[in-house]
Amino acid sequence: MKIEYDGKVMELDRPILVYKLLEKLSLNRETYLVVVNDRLVTEDHRLLPGDHVRLIRVVSGG
Amino acid sequence: MKCKVCGREAVIKLKAYNTSLCADDFISFFEKRVEETIRKYSLLKNGRPIVAVSGGKDSLTLWYILNKLGVAADGIYVNLGIGEYSLNSLEKVKKMAQRLNRKVYIFDVCEIVGKNIEGIARIMKRVPCSACGMVKRYVMNRVCLDMGYDVVLTGHNLDDEASALFGNLLYWREGYLWKKDLTLEEKDGRLSRKAKPLFLCSERETAAYAIVSRIDYIYEECPLSFDAKSLVYKEVLNRIEEISPGTKIAFVKGYLKMLKKRKAFEEEGDGKGMGVCEVCGYPARGLRCAMCRLMEKSDTSKQIAFIEYNPEEA
Ligand code: SF4
Ligand SMILES: [Zn+2]
Ligand SMILES: [Zn+2]
Repeated sequence: MKIEYDGKVMELDRPILVYKLLEKLSLNRETYLVVVNDRLVTEDHRLLPGDHVRLIRVVSGG
Repeated sequence: MKCKVCGREAVIKLKAYNTSLCADDFISFFEKRVEETIRKYSLLKNGRPIVAVSGGKDSLTLWYILNKLGVAADGIYVNLGIGEYSLNSLEKVKKMAQRLNRKVYIFDVCEIVGKNIEGIARIMKRVPCSACGMVKRYVMNRVCLDMGYDVVLTGHNLDDEASALFGNLLYWREGYLWKKDLTLEEKDGRLSRKAKPLFLCSERETAAYAIVSRIDYIYEECPLSFDAKSLVYKEVLNRIEEISPGTKIAFVKGYLKMLKKRKAFEEEGDGKGMGVCEVCGYPARGLRCAMCRLMEKSDTSKQIAFIEYNPEEA
């Protein structure tokens, strides 16, 4: 699966739960939303090979 | 995870409210919160509102929701002339104007002042964000009053308020601490009323609403943004929120309560120190307001003017 976040792209082959992925990348659950194949998902969602995953940072400055 | 309302697949878990919701129920939940905030704190007072839009998730969401809730609202946009960023954000704003079929007043700083916001900052000997704040405040106020609106709405969210409050407390900036409020009242027809309907909606909720409602907003940050501190405060508060859900809303609501108590005690200052600009007639701290001083220094031959972008005519 293809994972995009903060302008970076990462590939992962094995299934993983959303919250595990966030933990792995040290990303805060309040700070990131997870969109899989254009659909917003909760943290217990299971990501599968072939998924297109976008981790959207919700914090803005200014 | 299932939706607590209908049992379908949930798209978001809201720990602060101890619930999880599907897209449709989340949309209703969020809209109800905004509607309640507007009603409970009398944000509109039956007036005609105008929304300050930047192309970001908060302001576009606010603009969209108001119109969806049946409150006809037009927009104000300041084109700062910062390359790609400004081009993209203007495009998102126009796209939303078309979707809502509402007008947006555009103030183009390059066109009117002859310089982009960085150039303006140099003339004013200020950092860009300070110059930008001055221009935006002036434009919001002027469009609101000149064009016959009653209140300017901005997209400030719970995290903006909580982080500002946190910063003011950390350094005990007493001068700023009690200035934050949901509304700012109008003054002698020269200073427009202001309100923040997303005050109690977190950034995460607002972004989620934008995503499920297919609101096309600009993800990039303004390249001149340098307020690294407010981002750190937000991160810190989110760390706390993660282990103790509901902290941010309790923090901000607690502040509002304290503010109310204080206000009951002290008679509000009646705008002392605020005069009127001898050129444009809008609020000023000296003889002339900062905007009129800027116009003078930037030897532009233009007058303050706004482009009216009307999707019906575009
Ligand atoms: S980051 Fe600064 S310059 Fe950019 S839009 Fe915000 S206030 Fe204006
Ligand atoms: Zn539901
Ligand atoms: Zn003036």
